[in-house]
Order: sequence, then C-alpha cells, then structure tokens
Amino acid sequence: MITIIFYILAAITLASGLLTVLSKNPVHSAIYMIVCFFSIAGHFLMLNAQFLSVIHIIVYTGAIMILLLFTLMLMNLNEQHEPVKKVASRIAATVSACLMVVLLLGAFLKATPTIEAYKAAEIDFQSVKVIGDVILNEYLVPFEFTSVLLIAAMIGAVLVSKRENKA
Amino acid sequence: MEISFIIEKLVLVLIIFALTMFFALYSTLAERKIAGFIQDRYGPNRAGIFGILQPICDGAKLFSKEEFIPNTPNKLLFIIGPGIAMTVSLLGSAVIPWAEKFVIAGVEYVPQVGEINIALLYVVAVMSTSIYGIVIGAWASNNKFSLLGGIRAGAQMVSYEVAMGLSLIALVMMTGTLSLREITEQQAGFGWNIFFQPLTFMIFLVCSFAECNRTPFDLAECESELVNGHHTEFSSMKMGFYMFSEYVSMFFSSALISVLFFGGYNYPGMEWVADNWGVNIANIFALLSILAKTSFFIFFYMWVRWTIPRFRYDQLMNLGWKILFPLALVNILLVGLGVLLFK
Repeated sequence: MITIIFYILAAITLASGLLTVLSKNPVHSAIYMIVCFFSIAGHFLMLNAQFLSVIHIIVYTGAIMILLLFTLMLMNLNEQHEPVKKVASRIAATVSACLMVVLLLGAFLKATPTIEAYKAAEIDFQSVKVIGDVILNEYLVPFEFTSVLLIAAMIGAVLVSKRENKA
Repeated sequence: MEISFIIEKLVLVLIIFALTMFFALYSTLAERKIAGFIQDRYGPNRAGIFGILQPICDGAKLFSKEEFIPNTPNKLLFIIGPGIAMTVSLLGSAVIPWAEKFVIAGVEYVPQVGEINIALLYVVAVMSTSIYGIVIGAWASNNKFSLLGGIRAGAQMVSYEVAMGLSLIALVMMTGTLSLREITEQQAGFGWNIFFQPLTFMIFLVCSFAECNRTPFDLAECESELVNGHHTEFSSMKMGFYMFSEYVSMFFSSALISVLFFGGYNYPGMEWVADNWGVNIANIFALLSILAKTSFFIFFYMWVRWTIPRFRYDQLMNLGWKILFPLALVNILLVGLGVLLFK
C-alpha cells in the first residue's frame, strides 16, 4: 500500500515539476509548482517526518508561493512582453544548476545518516523536541548564521524598495 | 492498519463534516437574525417558525440559479477555485478534540480525527493555504475588480499570519506542547489559558478575524470599492461555496479559539459528572461545552461584524505590521519572563 502511494506521489511530483518548466503561462507554472510542493510534503510524510512536511507547507506553499503568485498576476506577462534572455546568462544558469546538482550529490554521498542511531535508541527522531534539541544545541552556530543571512536579505529588500520610492 | 480503525475514522469524519455543515448552514440564518436584532428589525421570519427553514430555501435558490461562466481562458481554475476554498476550510477541524474518550461496550472511541503531536503547526499550515481558493478564483475570473480583491485578501492574510504565528509561539512557550489534546488537558478544571495570557488571546482574536476575511477586515469583498471583490464573477453554487467556506472557517476558528484559550471540552465539575453519572454522559456534556463555546465565538464574530465598520486598507496594514507584530514580539518576551519566573 505504501509503495503504491509512493509511486502515485512520485508521478505527481515529476509531472507537476515538468509542467512547471514547460507551461507557457507563468501563473500556470506557479500553480503547478504549488502542486509539486504539496506532493513533496507528502513525500516527507511518507518518510515519517511530520514536522518537516508541515513546515514545508507553511513556508513554501503558504508564504513564498503566494508572494510569487502575486508578482506574476500583477505583472500580466504575455509572450510578446517576455524579455529575450541573453545566451550567456542562459549558459551561466545551466552551468550553475549543474554545479548545484554535483554539490548536492557529493553532500548526499558523503553524508552519514544519523537516523539509525536514533532508531536504535528508540527515540522519536521526527518529534519537535528532538529537532529543537539538535538545532539549538548541536547546530546552534549554523542556525544563527542562517538567521543572520535571512535578516541581511530582508534589509536588502527594504533598501531596494526605498530607493525606488525616491526616484 | 486494521479495517475497523479506518471505518471508525471515516464515520467520525462524516459526523464532523455534517456538524460543520449544520453550523455553517445555521450561521447564515443566525447572522441575519443578529443583524436584525442589532439594527432593530425582525430579520428573516417567513419560512417556518422564526425563519428556521430560511437556510434551506437559500440553498435551494443558490442551486437552481443560472450558472454563469465568464469568458476566461482559465475555465478549469475558475471552476476549482471555490472548491479549493471549501476544501481547505473543512480541513482544519480534523485535529480539534471534541471530547475525551467515549467508552461503548468496552471499546474506546476518541472523538478526534487526527491526534498528531504537531496539530498546532498543522492548523497554521491549513490557514496559510486557505488563501489559494480566493486568489486562484479571483485571478481566473479575468476581472480587474476580482483580481484586486484576491490580491488584497492574499496580502492581508500573509501579513496577519505573522502576528498570529508569533502569538501562537507565546502560547506554546507556556504549554510546552503542540498537540491540541494535550493543550486541552492542561486546562482541566478552570485553568483556562485566557487567564494566563490575555494579550496573546487579543492578538490571536484580531488575527483570526483577518484570516476569516470577516468585517472589519473583509477588504477582499469590499463592496463599496470592488463591486463584490473576489467573487464578483461567481454565480449560483460557486458563489455559495465562497460564502459557505467563510462560515466554515469561522466555525473552525471559533472551535480553535475555544480549544486554545477557553479550555476546549473542559467544564467545571467534569470529574464529578464522570464519577457519578458515567464517562459517556460526562463526555456528552464535554461535547456540548465545546459546541457552546464555539457558538459563542461565532456569535462574537457576528456581533463585531454588525458593530464595527470596515477598516481602510492602509489602516489594516498599519494595524497588522506596526501594532500587532511588535506587540506579539513584546508578548513573547513577557511570556518568556513569566515562564522563567513562575515555572
């Protein structure tokens, strides 16, 4: 039963991911992406990661995609208005995406999963308590650095919008 | 997984669905009756005694109206928009604990569809996705007024979600759990959370008005500026779905408020009733108690609707970002101090 659900979810994820890239209308792309995010949350649930799945829905589908959808709806993009991107930037985008894949693959291959240790100790590894413990004790410094990064991005966004107001 | 477990949960889902629909149906009548009372007139009183058949007549009217679909290139999105709105607002009540365990012939039945230990996060997730029905439907209508309404609704919900999430963090700092059942059990007797965290309750209440798109924050369907906002182009039962989903989410958020701050199914003397009259009778009273609290908050929503005029859009954003957001942060600090000193 679980395998059948996995295959259905995987089919939805792949199909909606492909349609995100292929569909002509940007708003349709965004909606396919929302479907894709929901199915990824389903994958998290299948891995018994309830917390991760719900946070994924709150952050990505609930906040980020809504903002993206807004900009797309307000810009009213048509095929005629679509700016033609330069070949150089296209090549740069492809290369950086490939590099990202290599990096991720390397990270996954080298990583040692700690879930087995939790399973052996019979600790509920997906519970909020364990995740909070790991993030705020073991990985406190990287966690704080992530928040600094986010604040920097936020201040940058405010600065950009301020500058536009003056002009 | 046993088949009996699945059947039990499915039956429970059906019961809660019927209950939600019943409440939503009669909320429409109650709203008009309360409006009548506040404005010193009768309200609907022709269909049945006290107008009790009015919602059924309204439903029949909505079903039999002409189905109008505007000339839009996104017919599919136009049709599923109201469906998404309705589905998402029905999802939330899955984690509400309606009573303790019923014991029938030695078998325990828990009147809660999903007892998950991240229930509160689940609720936030459901609320954050409730925008999609409105935004997608509004965009697919191919109408500028609808689009403006949808965008207003989205911006409003995203802004108020921040303050709402922060107020929930303050609550969770005190309870130490995200499970709604454990939060309810901690408030047994008369130790309701409202007595410990009145400020959190105020912030959460204001934000829940914004999340449900109710007056004074119903800028999405502001009829004096936007015709009818996001459901201008919708007719027949599609419009009915939008209207209904508002009442359903009102029912859900009233139930949530009573679980989080007013003790949920707890009532004074619950243990005495359980000892003297049996567990099941105590649980029936518990169910009635949470429904009574929920009904009070539905009434409160209506009371506010017919008392306070609509905000202007900049006032709404100022209230959300410049007052509620800092207030929620200060509240977290205060609660943190309180937890450190008294626990």
